[in-house]
Amino acid sequence: MATQDIPQDVGGGRASLFYDPKVRGIFFQVLVIVALVAFVYWIIGNTVENLKRANIASGFAFLNGRAGFDVSDTLIAFDSDSTYRRALLVGFINTLVVAAAGIVTASILGFLIGIGRLSHNWLIRKICTVYVELFRNIPPLLVIFFWYFGVLSVLPLPKESIELPFGSFLNSRGFYFPKLVWGDGSMLVPVALLLGLAMSWFVARRAKQRQMATGATFPVFWTSLALIVGLPFLALVATGFPLSFDFPQKSTFNLTGGLQIKPEFLSLYLALSFYTAAFIAEIVRAGIRGVSSGQSEASAALGLRSAQALRLVVVPQALRIVIPPLTSQFLNLTKNSSLAIAIGYPDLVAVGGTVLNQTGQAIEIVVIWMVVYLGLSLITSAFMNWFNAKMALVER
Amino acid sequence: MLSSHIKKTGNSLEKTEKGSWVMKYIISGILGAAALGLMATAASAGTLEDVKAKGFLQCGVSTGLAGFSAPNDKGDWQGLDVDFCRAVAAAIFGDGTKVKFTPLSAKERFTALQSGEIDMLSRNTTWTINRDTALGLNFVGVTYYDGQGFMINAKKLPGVNSALQLSGAAVCVQTGTTTELNLADYFKANKMEYSPVVFEKLEEVDAAYDAGRCDVYTTDQSGLYGIRLKLSSPDDHVVLPEIISKEPLGPAVRQGDDKWYHIVKWVYFGLLTAEELGITQANVEEMKASGNPEIKRVLGTEADTKIGTDLGLGNDWVVNIVKAVGNYGEVFERNVGQGSPLKIARGINALWTKGGLQYAPPIR
Repeated sequence: MATQDIPQDVGGGRASLFYDPKVRGIFFQVLVIVALVAFVYWIIGNTVENLKRANIASGFAFLNGRAGFDVSDTLIAFDSDSTYRRALLVGFINTLVVAAAGIVTASILGFLIGIGRLSHNWLIRKICTVYVELFRNIPPLLVIFFWYFGVLSVLPLPKESIELPFGSFLNSRGFYFPKLVWGDGSMLVPVALLLGLAMSWFVARRAKQRQMATGATFPVFWTSLALIVGLPFLALVATGFPLSFDFPQKSTFNLTGGLQIKPEFLSLYLALSFYTAAFIAEIVRAGIRGVSSGQSEASAALGLRSAQALRLVVVPQALRIVIPPLTSQFLNLTKNSSLAIAIGYPDLVAVGGTVLNQTGQAIEIVVIWMVVYLGLSLITSAFMNWFNAKMALVER
Repeated sequence: MLSSHIKKTGNSLEKTEKGSWVMKYIISGILGAAALGLMATAASAGTLEDVKAKGFLQCGVSTGLAGFSAPNDKGDWQGLDVDFCRAVAAAIFGDGTKVKFTPLSAKERFTALQSGEIDMLSRNTTWTINRDTALGLNFVGVTYYDGQGFMINAKKLPGVNSALQLSGAAVCVQTGTTTELNLADYFKANKMEYSPVVFEKLEEVDAAYDAGRCDVYTTDQSGLYGIRLKLSSPDDHVVLPEIISKEPLGPAVRQGDDKWYHIVKWVYFGLLTAEELGITQANVEEMKASGNPEIKRVLGTEADTKIGTDLGLGNDWVVNIVKAVGNYGEVFERNVGQGSPLKIARGINALWTKGGLQYAPPIR
């Protein structure tokens, strides 16, 4: 009978494990893992053996040694007596700073230009198109060189600094501006700022609840602005303006005092921002184009003005399309920041390179580089995945 | 072979443009790492046999330092370090042209030597205890006694005539050098402030200094004279009198190959001995007929001599060296001395018989 024939057929297949796709799959996966582990084991063993034969010291103990060199841009205390470990930390922080600043600027610029490319104004549209085509098609290294050697050679020496308003100066050593010095009792200002932020958040929440319930709107933006700016200002008045400024002064060689942004940082930051913004603009444009035009027409039919329609209807939907490719742009920017080496900005790769050369510990430094960049990239993409999930369309 | 494959990758990188800095930078590290990881563990043949088998010497030089190693307008490498490579090639092959040059940045140089990409390093490299011990290198001697100095633009900084007046200056320096460390030590010891402006390549340091990014350029004094010639207005710049460090520059080889180490070391001593005995490129043939037993020993004309063969070379090894590049004095004068635009005086690089430090153990 037919019903008895079928189990017999299955039994016949079981006879040969070799042709079972499941078993075969597991077999090959195990094989690959064993081969991989064996390869890694061999590589490590071989490396250790060769290092020993070549009389090259190995291990991470060198990190505790005295660095002996100075680093130009440091956000934490560092001098030549500090350890190699701290030098690498300084480089890591510099990488973070330039990557974070670059990401923020590139995003803002990219969004503006992306929206500009869809503008009804012919001039704005064309300017944005030219910008995108120009920066997208030039290698980032050339953009960095343009900002560094091109702009730097035009700027005057410290003695003939260009004077800017508010006691700021611009010269070939960078941009100098007054430093804020906090006097006695000025602690009230950040407290007031925090209070302002908390209150704005509360107001925004209440306004939304009220709009949901009654439909009446509330000017959240202006109220928040007043709270965030007004409260710290009131605190300043109350404490009698305990702030003073430390102005940059001319001395024999450079300007002293005040705060200085070095040209290395400026050119790397500007180049990375402008370069990545071109890509982000295209992503944003694609995202907005990806929202069906019926959505804007429907918003118009409901009586929303075009700015409102963009902010409330189109952009939230466009974000869903924009976020995944945006993540890879952020990762690219972080990795491109290692081009700092070309102009001497002390990022992780540059400082790591110096440490590598002073100690000769090539393998260890390369491992540190790889682990740090991999870690940074994984954290960035984990955050963006979370953000993407939060922004995803909630089906009701 | 894996090593030859890696070498190829390294050469093609020289030509890439986009992102080549980072790539080269990281490759130089990874190259060493990979080479050390993938190198066969079985002991390879000695460096001398390897060099003889491939038919040329692979020599690591700088990316362009006038007087020491820089390509001339015809694209041929020239300089004191380059001539030393040629001398070694001449001692091995009897032909000073059988040498290929690998331009290396300060940072790439040790990895290139450690990984076997080059057979020897002759690249204005300072001999230090750390490099001799922890890096797996052996320095063969001092081909040029140098010291670190400072250069400033005297026109833009009138009144500065001593390094002790440099507090607060921005200083341009090449990364990964002993110069960078001496600079930090000197300013710290004299309780002065400075802000370092650091680049990986010499050309980048030159460009930044010329553009006025920094007030001071510091490197070995011989280097400063060479760099000054390349600036847009050389006469505006002066080298300050202070010498803040000892920079004995010399060639290095890998540890663990004594035979090769001895060859490179004695090529250096051979150059010195030739000068001491008055053997020059012009008179070396007549000198072979000399009756002076010392000259006969050095030139390998002594009956049944084994000096050259014991070294692993031919007995006419000094003859070949001098024919190819001349003696040490001739090499010096041609590249950095009176015969060159640098016009550096012999100073402490004179022979010991003339009040200098250059001294060779006897060849006997």
